[in-house]
Amino acid sequence: MIRVVLPQHLRTLARVGSEVKIEIAGQVTQRSVIDALEARYPMLGGTIRDYTTQERRPFLRFFACAEDLSHELPDAPLPDAVASGSEPFIILGAIAGG
Amino acid sequence: MSKVRVLAGTRKGAFILESDGKRARWNVSGPHFAGWEIYHVKGSPVDPNRLYLSQSSGWFGQLIQRSNDAGKTWETVGNKFVYEGPTGTHQWYDGTPHPWEFKRVWHLEPSLTDPDAVYAGVEDAAIFHSADGAKTWQELPGLRGHGTGPRWQPGAGGMCLHTIVQDASNPGRIYVAISAAGAFRTDDGGKNWKPINKGLFSEIMPEPRAEVGHCVHRIALHPSRPGTLFMQKHWDVMRTDNAGELWQEVSGNLPTDFGFVIDVHAHEPETIYVVPIKSDSEHFPPDGKLRVYRSRTGGNEWEPLTTGLPQSDCYVNVLRDAMAVDSLDKCGLYFGTTGGQVYASADAGDSWAPIVRDLPAVLSVEVQTLS
Repeated sequence: MIRVVLPQHLRTLARVGSEVKIEIAGQVTQRSVIDALEARYPMLGGTIRDYTTQERRPFLRFFACAEDLSHELPDAPLPDAVASGSEPFIILGAIAGG
Repeated sequence: MSKVRVLAGTRKGAFILESDGKRARWNVSGPHFAGWEIYHVKGSPVDPNRLYLSQSSGWFGQLIQRSNDAGKTWETVGNKFVYEGPTGTHQWYDGTPHPWEFKRVWHLEPSLTDPDAVYAGVEDAAIFHSADGAKTWQELPGLRGHGTGPRWQPGAGGMCLHTIVQDASNPGRIYVAISAAGAFRTDDGGKNWKPINKGLFSEIMPEPRAEVGHCVHRIALHPSRPGTLFMQKHWDVMRTDNAGELWQEVSGNLPTDFGFVIDVHAHEPETIYVVPIKSDSEHFPPDGKLRVYRSRTGGNEWEPLTTGLPQSDCYVNVLRDAMAVDSLDKCGLYFGTTGGQVYASADAGDSWAPIVRDLPAVLSVEVQTLS
């Protein structure tokens, strides 16, 4: 079971609390986590990755285990602690806007 | 007893303002989708409880919401806006080719006959259609692809398709306006399009009478005269009486002919309204006086409407989608400002009062007349 922490606006949109739990079949990567997240919560489609480019939206960052994973390749394995569910995969909205 | 429902999109959420036909006392609900930019909310003319809403943010991109109960509850529907075929390029600000990139939905225009059908005007400029209540969207690629697309260029606010006007008497005919490309028309339901910008003159362009490139801010028509369109261009107020084949200027005695909104009285097809704005670099009313101007002659002769509007120290703007008319008798007018006021007139503009004063900056105003 993978734990995912969503930014406030996406929690409201998906009508969930601060953390959601999702099942991943196969390797745990950024792509597989977000694919599973969007399958479970279709209203999040397109809000984390651009539909056309499939790239992370510029004002969102990915963190886990106190590390910024935003620039890791989408198919790179996430840390074991995320795969085991002991640490959450955090999707964070950048503080931007002045 | 008639009712009216005003739908206001703002920088930080949507608001729904309701009143009985007297339009004196208002109930305000919102913010809906607090913290999100709501570019536009519009109801179906066929089913007034069916609302479509464009929700976006710089963080999370574009979402579309739909309500079947007049905004009490909402459902997130389709937000997959993917251009049809090869992406192609338009011109960037410096004149170099730039690929089309979807950014947001500026305007949602529900069908006049089918509550599940709706058009979306998007940035970068294109028109999309949904036939299933906004669950899925398909581009009408004939607009971008008719030939002039590579010459379109963004305005300061982006290259947005912001106006969609349907002709109730001719289901195949739709007008759209794009900043800064101009106005376009289809006569076959969106398969084929052509520019309709003859007669427009834009001094800021290298070729002031070019086929495309004009910064059209808004167009409006009265359903009883579908061939007559009124336009607020970047500068100049224009009209056409032959469905856009030729435009003529009707700015007349306006204090400035720059502005964004234009609308037509619900029962008088030659009575039109604009809100003059000082200039393209000073987006506020001239002399700090917020004045709606009305022409009862289809342009050229204008009178200021000031009763109830601030006549000193007012430096708000009124954006292109932020004026609407109801169809009660007398006709009601509504407009929203970047200062967060929504003003209403229950007497065709003779007098005004704010419904609300302190919303976030208002991006759009629509009104539904309910029986």
